[in-house]
Amino acid sequence: MNEERWLLPAGIEEVLPPQARIVESLRRELLDLYAGWGYELVIPPFIDYLESLLTGTGQDLDLQTFKLTDQLTGRLLGVRADMTPQVARIDAHHLRRDTPTRLCYLGTVLHTRTDGFAGTRSPLQIGAEIYGHAGIESDAEILRLILLTLRTAGIGESYLDLGHVGIFRGLARQAGLDDAQEHALFDALQRKAVPEIETLIADFGVSGAPAEMLIALAELNGSDALTRAQVVLRAADRPVREALDYLHRLADELSRWLPEVSIHYDLAELRGYRYKTGVVFAAFVPGWGLEIARGGRYDDIGRVFGRARPAVGFSTDLKSLLSHGQGLEQRYQATAPVYAPWSAEPALREAVDRLRESGRCVINALPGLTQDPRQLGCQQRLVERDGRWELETIGNIDNEWEA
Amino acid sequence: MNLNAPLTIALSKGRILEQTLPLLAHAGIAPLEDPETSRKLILETTHPQVKFVIIRASDVPTYVQYGAADLGVSGKDVLLEHGGEGLYEPLDLGIARCRLMVAGKPDTQPPTSRRLRIATKYVHSAERYFAARGQQVEIIKLYGSMELAPLVGLADLIVDLVESGNTLKANGLVPLEHIADISSRLVVNKASWKMKHETVNALLTLLREAVTTRSAG
Repeated sequence: MNEERWLLPAGIEEVLPPQARIVESLRRELLDLYAGWGYELVIPPFIDYLESLLTGTGQDLDLQTFKLTDQLTGRLLGVRADMTPQVARIDAHHLRRDTPTRLCYLGTVLHTRTDGFAGTRSPLQIGAEIYGHAGIESDAEILRLILLTLRTAGIGESYLDLGHVGIFRGLARQAGLDDAQEHALFDALQRKAVPEIETLIADFGVSGAPAEMLIALAELNGSDALTRAQVVLRAADRPVREALDYLHRLADELSRWLPEVSIHYDLAELRGYRYKTGVVFAAFVPGWGLEIARGGRYDDIGRVFGRARPAVGFSTDLKSLLSHGQGLEQRYQATAPVYAPWSAEPALREAVDRLRESGRCVINALPGLTQDPRQLGCQQRLVERDGRWELETIGNIDNEWEA
Repeated sequence: MNLNAPLTIALSKGRILEQTLPLLAHAGIAPLEDPETSRKLILETTHPQVKFVIIRASDVPTYVQYGAADLGVSGKDVLLEHGGEGLYEPLDLGIARCRLMVAGKPDTQPPTSRRLRIATKYVHSAERYFAARGQQVEIIKLYGSMELAPLVGLADLIVDLVESGNTLKANGLVPLEHIADISSRLVVNKASWKMKHETVNALLTLLREAVTTRSAG
């Protein structure tokens, strides 16, 4: 017999009071925030045909997805590891609007393996996407929304990192790398492993300006990276220079909207390189080696669902926001409940209803148990005076409860 | 060196520590106590903003990945096993050099009736190496004294670090195939790289200088 029935699987957690209330309050506040910006909520299903989960963004997610067989069709189902492909399908196949569409979503996703840090395999993914607009304006809006999301979650100090997949992609093409070479180099670049990058480039037989530019990419990070890139990558082909120019224009736009935020760049770090088509971004917080929020542009994501249109978005994990946020407990603190005796007397019921309608929590005494209401967190109780029910502060009445 | 953010550096005792200290000294950082003899796990340094944590070599990537240390010095052998995910490894310190090799008895013949058995501490590296050669092998994970395995019939071959080759020779084994050149890398936590960019970069520049000067001299 297994004596440890209480044990949860690794990376699966339950949220207890009072954290659960805080998670829920933050969820509501964020969804209200997005609604105020015109983002419509969608609720995609928890499981889906594997094929639709692994399209577009999905290839990277194959190993991360729990799979099971549908007994009705024999087809493989997947438990979503990321909601982005589902939201893309909703835009491309179901909504089919011609105007820009703003969608937001929230839900549990499951990962077969943890990312390592939080150790969670069941993040509560929350995110927002804009479909149908190509350009720096929609990127800027999503970036503003990331910062607002972090601020709402009580995260004051954060670090915003921008990049563009067109830079590495263009340089790899210019150097004439094949897919396997590009992949190997990309992998070393994600680790900024300069010695390996140099060896790989020499092995590939790349030399001259293309080699120098690919090696320099690992060092093009920090707040001045864009300025340095103008010089270091001046011999690059047009797509690369266009990507740099795009980042410049985005930075200009952001400085108008977010003058107080310092923007950083990392031209080598490319999350979701395979499906992203333009700018990529991530937000970091101190002492946390993984990005807390991430996103970017993936203009092709809807193609497999019948309609490719420009798309940019971000997502984050509500539970990790909570673990880094400050002051949420105070902000979402509930007022202490009121204690009321168990009685169907109309006057009492009316008093209780009134209090509950006004937003107070009223706990009915359950007969048979002699309890100190203060153990339930109550600081006030309803008492009858001259036929009227009134609130009374529970003071030093120890004797009463000891009986 | 001017540091505007506190830094924790993860180091492991032995050869790596011995050869890293001169490089750190170039950056003006030296431990206040002798790390080889001290029993303390956290050591203050001559720089008030910098401290060392002394841990096992195979734990260095984990400490740095989780941000328990901002930087660390780790052998490429350990990084190959760890996978290096969530870490930057921007600098080859060129120290603690050795080779990851396949070794065995000089007359080792591949068995005909079963798969080749490989004893090693480097499970992932060994698997990748033989898979790349199209060879399906059986890996036996050991924690030390790999040289014994072929002698007592536990394995046909071993995959291990070879420095001088003396231990192999003393046990009648020879290095057979070269898998990778190993040296120690500077590893950096991703968030530290970003949030303490100036400080980390300043230290990186000084260490790079020290590495270049040493290899030139």
